[in-house]
Amino acid sequence: MSIDKETARRVAKLARIAVPDDHLDALAGEFNAILGFIEQLQQVDVDGVEPMVSVTPMRLKRRADVVTEGNQPKAVLANAPDAREGFFSVPKVVE
Amino acid sequence: MTDLTQLTISTARDALRAGDLSAIDLTEAHLTAIESAGALNAFVHHTPEIARKQAADADARIKAGDAPAMCGIPIGVKDLFCTKGVASQAGSHILEGFKPEYESTITTQLFDAGSIMLGKLNMDEFAMGSSNETSTYGNAVNPWKAGNSDAELTPGGSSGGSAAAVAAHLCLGALGTDTGGSIRQPAAFTGTVGIKPTYGRCSRWGVVAFASSLDQAGPMTRSVRDCAIMLEAMAGHDPKDSTSADLAVPDFEAMLTGDIKGQTIGIPREYRMDGMPEEIETLWSQGTQMLRDAGAIIRDISLPHTEYALPAYYVIAPAEASSNLARYDGVRFGHRADIGPGDGITEMYEKTRAEGFGPEVQRRVMIGTYVLSAGFYDAYYNRARKVRALIKRDFETVFADGIDAILTPATPSSAFELGSMTDADPIQMYLNDIFTVTVNLAGLPGIAVPTGQDRRGLPMGLQLIGRPWEEGALLNVAQCLEDRAGFVAQPAKWW
Repeated sequence: MSIDKETARRVAKLARIAVPDDHLDALAGEFNAILGFIEQLQQVDVDGVEPMVSVTPMRLKRRADVVTEGNQPKAVLANAPDAREGFFSVPKVVE
Repeated sequence: MTDLTQLTISTARDALRAGDLSAIDLTEAHLTAIESAGALNAFVHHTPEIARKQAADADARIKAGDAPAMCGIPIGVKDLFCTKGVASQAGSHILEGFKPEYESTITTQLFDAGSIMLGKLNMDEFAMGSSNETSTYGNAVNPWKAGNSDAELTPGGSSGGSAAAVAAHLCLGALGTDTGGSIRQPAAFTGTVGIKPTYGRCSRWGVVAFASSLDQAGPMTRSVRDCAIMLEAMAGHDPKDSTSADLAVPDFEAMLTGDIKGQTIGIPREYRMDGMPEEIETLWSQGTQMLRDAGAIIRDISLPHTEYALPAYYVIAPAEASSNLARYDGVRFGHRADIGPGDGITEMYEKTRAEGFGPEVQRRVMIGTYVLSAGFYDAYYNRARKVRALIKRDFETVFADGIDAILTPATPSSAFELGSMTDADPIQMYLNDIFTVTVNLAGLPGIAVPTGQDRRGLPMGLQLIGRPWEEGALLNVAQCLEDRAGFVAQPAKWW
């Protein structure tokens, strides 16, 4: 399997990372090297093997659906690059 | 008084309890050592005020007779741990300015036990790297030099700052984390001891996530005993981490008898790699002989899926990383890019992540995105998870067959020069984890123990792998290896 420039562009878009057009060929090359390495997995006979979900067979624990450490809007917003009037602020999303 | 930075955790603890030493003096000695060690670039955020306050508190507790083992012990904390009010950047530009409003469970437990935080330690960005060269703070530098060469060597990665700080006696112990070998490889490169506990032994709450099914924190110290003491203070069940094991934490130190008579140690044939340096091969044989001399039964074993561990890891880890790192979007914390007129929220995300993540992190996030994308999920991600099940089964088979612990090399080489891999294919760097990554995939405990030096005087380590939840027994085998190897060399101070 080979990744071309267009696939690299699509993956960068999906990952929400801006990649300049003149870097896409190099990026595709790096992807191909890594995917070539990963390709070895095709040699393994995995018939009848269940994909691993967790190293320790366990049922994920549950807790009561209640507020544990609520009422801290200041702490929640303290690290926001742009917080206004008790909210996170982002560029306009809806026209 | 002797140089206080020469103390270990266990000797310092005993001196503190005996009243022969104060936590304040011990802390000041290390703060002074850190100040003159800028060339190592190990500590990247210094917290002397916190350290002095914690030291005073520790002295009061010790005086009152309330002194857990880690009380009054100065440590360094990998930048991956969230520490309240103290920069916690995971070695990344994207978390510049981030000061958590909360404290990780592990640092909380250590502080409750009286430990003293000297500062935060350098690391590869988001723990992705094997040389500490992907850090936003620049390279951490290994205190060891090769022979008469003046070239700067890597302390390994991703816990490179932790390893350098412990090896250079800037702290008595350090917190590391290990997703594919990030505690054990740097420990081996710096002549220190590092254990990755069983997955679920230490809480991941408040530790910046890289690959959640593989990440595990552990201690890095200058002796096996110190590792046992520090691990005990870190371990335990945490309701805030749903994968944290609800198991009692044994007294690990009490299990260090050094007696391994009659135990069966497995030597896996698949770890004998083509092109492995002769010195590593010799070290492995010597280590095997040391355990045999101690009365262990040595048995050749097979872990047939070993060669597929690294490719499986390079599907699973990036896949989980691409999901975990989706949160760095410039909205809730960290860096946000300036946007141009007409740019919307998508452009803000894309520019923020392009500016905030370094090349290796970008590469892994995109590889992860690709292997999880529609049409490739089964071929890559699901297949890797099946191979992972087979790798775990390999270990279960040998343990069921009576193997108590497994001895392997820790790394395929000793520390290499910083910059020497810059032009190499990324896969060349990934090969550093070839002996360690199987342990993460199988969730097992693994420990690196300094066992010898190469011809240029650089430390080399061996790895011991134990049964799940049996860190105590594993530490005891490590103690035996440490006793027999008698590794006492220290780097000559140049910094």
